[in-house]
Amino acid sequence: MSVTLEHFLTVSALLFTLGLFIALSKRNAVGVLMGVELMLNASNLALLAFARLTEGPAQIAGPVFVVFVITVAAAEVAVALALAVSVYRVRETIDVDRITLLRM
Amino acid sequence: MIEGTGPALAFWGLSALTLVSAGGVIVSRNLFHAVLFLVLAFIGIAGFFLLLSAEFLAMAQIVIYVGAIAVLMLYAIVLTPRAGRDNRETWMAVPALFVAVGLAAVLLFAIHDTDWAKSARAYVLSAGELGRELLGTWVLPFQLASVLLTAALVGAVMLVRSPEEERKEEEE
Amino acid sequence: MIWLPFLVSEHWWDLRDLGNLSREILELIERGLGSEVAYIVSPLIGFVASFLLFVLPTQLYLGVYGERRLIGRMQSRLGPNRVGKFGLLQPIADAIKLIQKEAITPRGADRWVMWTAPVVFVAPAVLVWAVIPFGPNMVIADLPTGLVYYLAVAALPVLAAFMAGWSSNNKYSLFGAMRVVAMAISYEVALVLALLGVVLFTQTLSLQEIILWQRDLDIWLVFLQPLAFIIYFISASAELNRTPTDIAEAESEIVAGYLTEYSGMKWGLFYGMDIGYAIAAAAFGSTVFLGGWSFFGLEEWVPPWLILIVKTQLFYFVFIWTRGTLPRLRIDQLMGLAWKYLLPLAAVNLLVVAAERLWWKEAELGDGIVYLFAAINIVLAVVLLVGWARALGYRPERVRTRPRLVKEPLGYVPADSSAGGGQ
Repeated sequence: MSVTLEHFLTVSALLFTLGLFIALSKRNAVGVLMGVELMLNASNLALLAFARLTEGPAQIAGPVFVVFVITVAAAEVAVALALAVSVYRVRETIDVDRITLLRM
Repeated sequence: MIEGTGPALAFWGLSALTLVSAGGVIVSRNLFHAVLFLVLAFIGIAGFFLLLSAEFLAMAQIVIYVGAIAVLMLYAIVLTPRAGRDNRETWMAVPALFVAVGLAAVLLFAIHDTDWAKSARAYVLSAGELGRELLGTWVLPFQLASVLLTAALVGAVMLVRSPEEERKEEEE
Repeated sequence: MIWLPFLVSEHWWDLRDLGNLSREILELIERGLGSEVAYIVSPLIGFVASFLLFVLPTQLYLGVYGERRLIGRMQSRLGPNRVGKFGLLQPIADAIKLIQKEAITPRGADRWVMWTAPVVFVAPAVLVWAVIPFGPNMVIADLPTGLVYYLAVAALPVLAAFMAGWSSNNKYSLFGAMRVVAMAISYEVALVLALLGVVLFTQTLSLQEIILWQRDLDIWLVFLQPLAFIIYFISASAELNRTPTDIAEAESEIVAGYLTEYSGMKWGLFYGMDIGYAIAAAAFGSTVFLGGWSFFGLEEWVPPWLILIVKTQLFYFVFIWTRGTLPRLRIDQLMGLAWKYLLPLAAVNLLVVAAERLWWKEAELGDGIVYLFAAINIVLAVVLLVGWARALGYRPERVRTRPRLVKEPLGYVPADSSAGGGQ
């Protein structure tokens, strides 16, 4: 029994689609953010699987890119949650179905 | 490919954990439980990183995702008390389901149909090599990432200032 | 002539290096039952040896007993001294009492999360012992990234505290949880920067290699980077929610913070792991800063695990000492301490250490230069600690310790009461 590249990529693809479904279908803004984070994690997994298990000229590029993805994800979560909290202050809700107009 | 029954057991266990936790995010009726399931998914992904011999990234994943990002999400939930916390889906859930299933089908077909250039030798990442690359070849993106983080920090602080504080600042 | 039996040897009956014993057991199992079973059994042996034999009886038990006794003595009272001779059976009595208590779950609380939070809280205090080296061959998992493993494991109790506070369905628990989380993530930044300075010198993240580096250069990192040590001490004490930084569990402030609704063994787990996690942080600190199992050559004939245990208990004693002595700080003072005081100090420490390291390697100076670096760093640490505090405006209060006595017709009275008499 061995674990091949296709196994890792299958898990990554499934996680990505699950994250996509969460991001598209949740009502709460924090829920949408959870989906986005799951998608980023799935792509990190795919990057590392490729770096570890395939041949190529720059195999260090995989982990380096994962570092950058984690960094950007952290920055994005901070700004997105700040946005959610400040929208909550005005609209008393962070339901994405109700924040549809620029002016209430 | 990674040989051995140990890694195989670890892979199947971790993928069960991660996929079930991601399912739990969708299914759970309470937003707080959904975040906890997400934390479990993050830990599962960190386990995958360990399986792929990227130890430093696994630890960094736990420190950053579980220790900071998940905590930020919990804080946002606490700071929005009158928002809906029942983790319902919008009306777009059904089309989203079709899109997700379609994408999954395309991706899985592409994965299993391609002839990947698998490597014979195992490439094991070491933290020292990662550091040298980050400060060597990739130093420009590294510096840009630090500027991005500073901008995000300042931006987040500015965004959550309440209007009274801003008025007080302007009066000074 | 050195009498050879004194030095640690390779025999399986030489208990000073338990790696020998475990190696013999594993070889026996491998010959008898196959290498798969040996592969599975080896971490179990390590866990039994390190946690059940060393940590649980000596450190946790002595920690719980010693903390209550010492805090009692520091507060001018006797600690527990009824149960058993000198109160030594007190932790057992506590455990029995807590187990037979009813664990009340308030109505409206989240049962699953409330049940899981203590479990997540216990995990780090046990997991840390996997990377702490007890001797040259006695590590359960000599991870090449052991230091970052500790940071990862230290991020988990934060989540557990938040889970505990949220699931209690109690406003004050939530306040306590939010305070704990805000404090922990602030002090984590200073902690990581201080440890980064250490890594710059040792060039490795593996704890065993850090100890070997300190042993080969015959100097402890506490002398080489005292500023990093003090930042680690304050930050670790803040992450553990110990006085003077225990705003989250202060009994006079917020009842018990995030622990308010916990009773019975669930509370017992929180309390025990408060101490267990403090001992784990003390063990990590003594590994990285105080030289771990090495003691300038003494580890050749004294068991190295004994040296580590003694150092951990001394570090933990300093934790207890600060708890018994210093008053509690307010939350805004604590956040100011983390962001305005410790973070710039840690950044300056990193800069100085990086400059020293560069000079060391570029000029290809010998290894004896570390003593000069130690001297420079100690002076710099004292200057920075005092100077930066003064620059920020933290000044000690000048309080007269002895009242001035003024001669009055009735005899000597304190100066203050004669001035305020009649009001």
